[in-house]
Amino acid sequence: MFVRFLPVLFMILSSASMADVEADREAFRAFYAKRFSSIPVEAHVDGVYALDEAKRAQWLEMEEFPPYEFSVDDGEALYDEPFTDGSGYGDCFADGGAVKHLYPRFEGGEVVTMEVAVNQCRVQHGMESLAYDSEEMMQLTSYIAYASRDQLIDIKVPEDALPAYERGKQFYYSRRGQLNFSCSHCHMQIVGSQLRAEVLSASYGHVTHWPTYRLKWQEVGSLHRRFAECNGQVGAEALPLQSQPYRELEYFLTAIARGLLLNGPASRK
Amino acid sequence: MKKVLFLLAVVSPIVMADDINKGRELAFDRSRGNCLACHMMEGGEMPGNVAPPLIAMKTRFPERSVLREQVWDATIRNPESVMPPYGRHGVLTEEEIDQVVDFVHSL
Ligand code: HEC
Repeated sequence: MFVRFLPVLFMILSSASMADVEADREAFRAFYAKRFSSIPVEAHVDGVYALDEAKRAQWLEMEEFPPYEFSVDDGEALYDEPFTDGSGYGDCFADGGAVKHLYPRFEGGEVVTMEVAVNQCRVQHGMESLAYDSEEMMQLTSYIAYASRDQLIDIKVPEDALPAYERGKQFYYSRRGQLNFSCSHCHMQIVGSQLRAEVLSASYGHVTHWPTYRLKWQEVGSLHRRFAECNGQVGAEALPLQSQPYRELEYFLTAIARGLLLNGPASRK
Repeated sequence: MKKVLFLLAVVSPIVMADDINKGRELAFDRSRGNCLACHMMEGGEMPGNVAPPLIAMKTRFPERSVLREQVWDATIRNPESVMPPYGRHGVLTEEEIDQVVDFVHSL
């Protein structure tokens, strides 16, 4: 009797879990919609510039001569350069690289981010993989982000990816570091208020615009580099770029951002 | 005996003022207390506004020990507090916490 219903039970359980991702997404949207009732929840793709008029004006000025433009152009040239076996990125990615809205994906039991996919493509075609913090990787992902602009995030969390999603979610809500902050403390609980002169932005929309040129970095850098900085500033261990926990964190944040517009690369202070 | 009492009376306010000064330094220092990241405090530049301004502290915390506990580990009273547990996580030494508390209590 029990055995007969086991598959049904399993289906119910697993579909309930997938519905949880959707419920998390709804809860995130509802949270920020309530906290910032005067702005559309989709506006958070501009980060802190959705919240602060004066900072927004300065930022729009900076965007008139986008500081990531060279990175996009150099990235396009790299993207079009054939590999030594005559193939190229076009053999791995469709639509001229306008594929960012489909990443991260869950493949072969792990979260495959855009950066990881670029390296997988290279290795498949006999090329060496690139360091995740290399200029070349930033240029390629700048180009891919640019080619993917205006696509809507469209990732799905298949059943076998749920544990990775859950770990990412747990990372987001866990206190860490000497100062004992979770991501959610700064980017939800006290979102919109000021730490010294820094206004805290919403996590909803944190993944739409990478890589990003930051004045502080004086160059284009990745989402994981920003994760590392946020970890570091509370005295927590900054993990390596593309380490499993950061990939899973990105996966969680992207899954709950499904439907948001991609607007990378971007510039930030 | 009289002499000792006299000395104490003169010396202790000086020690106190010294502690308050050290406490102020720690409170304003970005890499130590950094209270200004979240709290407005008299004399501090570029304060944040995450948490209430630190004013009238003797009214709000008549008991110094309650204020000290708040600095040592704010999650004792409020598990969801975002205030760093300066004592529990060893961000500041016990002596430094006393200095910060003396300063904050004076506001
Ligand atoms: C102590 C507070 C604090 C904590 C904790 C924190 N951040 Fe941040 N974070 C900031 C500040 C300040 C900024 C810069 C202003 C802004 O955009 O919010 C920032 C910026 C970011 C950005 C860039 C936003 C953009 O628009 O480019 C991302 C992404 C981010 N944080 C993710 C995280 C994640 C993920 C965690 C948890 C691992 C985390 N943060 C923890 C303070 C924090």
